[in-house]
Amino acid sequence: MELNARIPAGPLDQKWDRHRFELKLVNPANKRKHTIIVVGSGLAGASAAATLSELGYQVLCFCFQDSPRRAHSIAAQGGINAAKNYQNDGDSVFRLFYDTVKGGDFRAREANVYRLAQISVNIIDQCVAQGVPFAREYGGLLTNRSFGGAQVSRTFYARGQTGQQLLLGAYQALEKEVARGGVLMFPRTEMLDLVVIDGRARGIVARSLATGEIRTYLGDAVVLGTGGYANVFYLSTNAKGSNATAIWRAHRRGAAFGNPCFTQIHPTCIPVSGEYQSKLTLMSESLRNDGRVWVPKKRGDTRPPHEIPEDERDYYLERKYPTFGNLAPRDIASRAAKEVCDDGRGVGAGGLGVYLDFADAIRRVGERQIRERYGNLFEMYQRITDENCYQAPMRIYPAAHYAMGGLWVDYNLMSTVPGLYVIGEANFSDHGANRLGASALMQGLADGYFILPYTIGDYLASGRLGPVGADHPEVRGATEQVRSRVDRLLAVDGKRTVDSFHRELGGLMWDKCGMARSAGGLREAIQRIPAIREEFWKNVNVPGSDTELNQALEKAGRVADFLELGELMCRDALHREESCGGHFRVEHQTQDGEAKRDDERFAYVAAWEWRGERQEPCLHKEPLAFEYLKLATRSYK
Amino acid sequence: MSTSAREVPATAAGRMLAIWQTTIGKKVVMALTGLIGVGYVVVHMLGNLQVFQGAEKLNAYAAALHGPLKGVVWVVRVVLLLAVVLHVAAAAQLTGRDRAARPVPYARRDPQVSTLASRTMRWGGVLLLVFIVFHVLHFTTGTVQPVPFVAGDVYGNVIGAFRVWWVTLFYALAMVALGFHLFHGAWSAARTLGAAPPSPRPLRRPVAAILALVVAVGFAIVPLAVFFGVVK
Amino acid sequence: MNLTLRVWRQPSPDAPGRLVQYEARDISPDASFLEMLDVVNERLAARGEAPIAFDHDCREGICGSCGVMINGVAHGPVTGTATCQLHMRSFRDGDVITVEPWRARAFPVLRDLVVDRSGLDRIIAAGGFVSVSTGSAPDGNTIPVPKTSADAAMDAAQCIGCGACVAACPNGSASLFTAAKITHLGLLPQGQAERYRRALRMVAQMDGEGFGGCTLFGECQEACPKQISIETISRMNRDYLVAAFTTRLEAAGAGD
Ligand SMILES: Cc1cc2nc3c(=O)[nH]c(=O)nc-3n(C[C@H](O)[C@H](O)[C@H](O)COP(=O)(O)OP(=O)(O)OC[C@H]3O[C@@H](n4cnc5c(N)ncnc54)[C@H](O)[C@@H]3O)c2cc1C
Ligand code: HEM
Ligand code: HEM
Ligand code: SF4
Ligand code: F3S
Ligand code: FES
Repeated sequence: MELNARIPAGPLDQKWDRHRFELKLVNPANKRKHTIIVVGSGLAGASAAATLSELGYQVLCFCFQDSPRRAHSIAAQGGINAAKNYQNDGDSVFRLFYDTVKGGDFRAREANVYRLAQISVNIIDQCVAQGVPFAREYGGLLTNRSFGGAQVSRTFYARGQTGQQLLLGAYQALEKEVARGGVLMFPRTEMLDLVVIDGRARGIVARSLATGEIRTYLGDAVVLGTGGYANVFYLSTNAKGSNATAIWRAHRRGAAFGNPCFTQIHPTCIPVSGEYQSKLTLMSESLRNDGRVWVPKKRGDTRPPHEIPEDERDYYLERKYPTFGNLAPRDIASRAAKEVCDDGRGVGAGGLGVYLDFADAIRRVGERQIRERYGNLFEMYQRITDENCYQAPMRIYPAAHYAMGGLWVDYNLMSTVPGLYVIGEANFSDHGANRLGASALMQGLADGYFILPYTIGDYLASGRLGPVGADHPEVRGATEQVRSRVDRLLAVDGKRTVDSFHRELGGLMWDKCGMARSAGGLREAIQRIPAIREEFWKNVNVPGSDTELNQALEKAGRVADFLELGELMCRDALHREESCGGHFRVEHQTQDGEAKRDDERFAYVAAWEWRGERQEPCLHKEPLAFEYLKLATRSYK
Repeated sequence: MSTSAREVPATAAGRMLAIWQTTIGKKVVMALTGLIGVGYVVVHMLGNLQVFQGAEKLNAYAAALHGPLKGVVWVVRVVLLLAVVLHVAAAAQLTGRDRAARPVPYARRDPQVSTLASRTMRWGGVLLLVFIVFHVLHFTTGTVQPVPFVAGDVYGNVIGAFRVWWVTLFYALAMVALGFHLFHGAWSAARTLGAAPPSPRPLRRPVAAILALVVAVGFAIVPLAVFFGVVK
Repeated sequence: MNLTLRVWRQPSPDAPGRLVQYEARDISPDASFLEMLDVVNERLAARGEAPIAFDHDCREGICGSCGVMINGVAHGPVTGTATCQLHMRSFRDGDVITVEPWRARAFPVLRDLVVDRSGLDRIIAAGGFVSVSTGSAPDGNTIPVPKTSADAAMDAAQCIGCGACVAACPNGSASLFTAAKITHLGLLPQGQAERYRRALRMVAQMDGEGFGGCTLFGECQEACPKQISIETISRMNRDYLVAAFTTRLEAAGAGD
């Protein structure tokens, strides 16, 4: 397998324009004849499906929820970045580019990130025209906030529901095309395998979650916008249904997996409250604009927060990172929280929490202002914890949140399987080793609205794709494999529930492959995961049948895939002998505990190739060249 | 969206039919005919209160209605008849549609904010229908005669009728139903027609409440006053 | 805390269903309602029994997947709260809790507490959008939008499409859902071009799906996790009437 990133020649700021000109076009009359399969209806999938249909292609779009509007993007709270420089505070395409590459700890492609920054401005225009009710000034113009480590205000938002409003915009565009007949929507339908014929992606095998019917859907290209895999940790901020099945199945069919160990831990989530805990709730990062993070200086100090005097509090972020203070990037803030808790100074049940305190802010700007800004978040917090953060500080703790890693794609967003495109969080994205706040929504929409619709045409125009029928051996083969796998899951009929396995894997991943990773721990995990997997296939209990709505069966398939992905993540984490972004190897840190990157040996994308059930995966490297930015140690001091 | 004729029929008649086909259309008909009803009952109530000014006054008023103003009265009658027919037709169709929208009932459903008035619109409406029919046969045509009916002597007829306990009781009950109907109706009609001024607490309805109270009391006081001998 | 559940179990769309009683022992008051069901399901699954099927995804009250009738109230006793955000501390030890699916002709039950809400998608498809193809948009700040309209539009745009309004409405009406979208887009300059045609089409679709009419009971507003106001319904009626009586499809200045 050779990795050709297909980065266009020419100066950075002209690459995308030139490339667009060089891309072959599909003649309008022929577009109708092409069927494109889009799996996913999140920001990436919905925007792509709608745009492709507007261009005249026939689109089949899939999602596992009962409506495309429920894709996990809906949960994004904080906002979306764009280099509009409406605030005239010195923002520019280049600065957004620079911040994103630096924030990603120099593990992303310059060309991709620059294109992302260029396109960011069109996204806002498109969304406004769709009727997305972004926050505005009294003058009627769009307003911005500064977000997650950025020193300019470039984040556009719609109250605490930016992702919801952006997704509804894309969803409405999608439904408009559904009504026109350009898109056939398949909700409650889960992709369980990829159909590859003559080395090209030609369709998917999917199961109707309502009826259990397993069917193949064929086309000329397949687009995966199936989101991230943070649920490999069981407890995460992701929706319960978020899963890796689509990309993992594609990986097994030949798509290389890029940087699987690059996962992001979000610093501001509501701490775990009990065994029954099913997910962790994110408290938008914007809270760190006004909240101050602290823990008691004394170990095991059990006094209620208001009884702990100022001089016995450790505002550790402000102490360690004077310039950025409470706004330090996610990975840094998360790790700092872990440190103090490991040091026995954590607060709340189980000592796994730190305070996020608004007392000063309320004193400074008044409770009304704070309510204006965070009212809905405080409400959400109170609803869950029954605590009032106008009086007592919030308790927060880091939680698995986002996957920078994903299927490897070239500049055209095509994976190593010709005709298989991957967009949004599902690809190893432009965020390198760490994603800055408000940039995933940007990337998902850039991919779906403005990049994929061009680049996919080039593939369709050049490749002459013969027709394939449902009776093609490859097609029947894939369908059979899916069927037998489903049957196997039901046949085990063991003692343990699916969730118990998911919890076990999640706990292990969190300990060994979470915020801080060590060679020893990773090796241990690489030993234990196959064992868990083995027990899963011997002892899992999946009640019911495959010809009905069977949620246990859905979960079982997803957990089975997590059990394979988890191992790959650990292998990737073990091989990357450096610390960068969300990947922190305890062996590689400076005296004062900062991440130590190794650009000589690791300035590359790790793309793993599947080699079969019992074989070790094979590592391929895409070197990263930095022509416009000089590699600097990321310092937020 | 592509322009397509299908949205709006060309002819006015076609358009009215299209409107009548939708639930909102039927509700608008209910609202308009209902408001006609409201207008009528208010005037009618004021007319009735002349009972307290004695036989001459009331009979003179009635005579005027049946004499010089006959034309007007007939117009009113036709309008009222039409209104009631449309109102009841729409009510029947909507009720059918609304019932069909939930074929399987809940084992338990606890109303939270809907008023008793809103939930009794339908049966209350039926009671009103019965009342109106009876009432016209009683005082206008004199077909049903709890006590001998004397054409032209409205005062006498009223006094006579309301000495009978069950007549008074029936009228009083009907007026309670009317009050409820208006308490919800007068409020909701404004929203059905999209005419209500926006309010942060849309369920509050001071105007409708006063209207309902005034009309119900204003009407009921007559039979009660007679029954308890305040008016002889 | 210990609870007794009476849950609607129905194996398939056309199979008969019934309320089945379950004991939910030692549930933490800090667990969410869905986490309580998870616990019950884990125990069922451990016994090899079919778990109770219910829709859910984000568990943050934003995706609109979840939603059941709890003791006769859509999304349960706490106002402005979706089922996944409802916590057991809102119940008392020993309570008997009746759990039923949304009930409406337009929401056929697929299994247990899972219903088919695709009718709501079709209402949006009928006109709940602004027809602007990708790439054709002017700069975001070309058209100023008064903050008040933007905020009011946002209030209505918050609808999560859960269907609780339909479930709570004695008429099984989707008026609040439909009106919320008509209001969101109708308040913004970008939505004017299609304003009246949108009202006509969405109302026709709403009726076509078999939802009931609106008697203005107001139950929907109370059940709505986003507390969307029935004022939106007045607005929908107004837009519909203008369109239907004046045959206007576009508001001033609009093209097609
Ligand atoms: C709580 C939270 C808050 C966030 N806040 C922000 C923020 O403020 N700013 C920001 O920029 N980013 C934020 N993010 C990140 C961002 O929301 C996501 O990265 C982004 O929305 C992913 O979009 P997507 O389209 O790639 O995938 P998703 O939105 O996850 O969509 C995945 C789609 O794929 C479908 N799918 C998945 N698997 C299958 C399958 N096997 N078969 C069929 N369909 C399938 C799903 O049904 C769904 O439609 C946040 C994330 C979380 C969890
Ligand atoms: C206690 C309450 C009421 C009393 C005492 C009362 C009395 C009367 C009387 C005396 C007449 C005959 C007038 C005439 O023939 O000159 C009359 C006619 C009528 N009333 Fe009432 N009325 C009452 C309530 C109502 C209500 C609530 C309604 C409607 C909902 C109503 C509708 C009518 C109508 C339609 C007529 C016939 C008018 C005509 O065509 O001549 N009445 N009423
Ligand atoms: C003749 C017998 C009557 C019947 C069967 C009847 C029935 C109904 C019903 C069922 C409704 C509720 C419709 C809905 O929202 O689903 C209604 C509404 C209404 N009715 Fe009546 N009604 C009757 C008489 C009257 C009278 C006499 C008046 C006025 C004095 C009246 C005024 C109204 C008004 C104003 C509404 C509100 C319409 C809306 O909500 O838009 N009705 N009626
Ligand atoms: S209007 Fe409220 S209740 Fe109805 S679907 Fe939307 S959010 Fe749910
Ligand atoms: S409850 Fe139903 S009747 Fe109307 S106001 Fe709400 S839709
Ligand atoms: S699960 Fe998403 S709203 Fe409840």
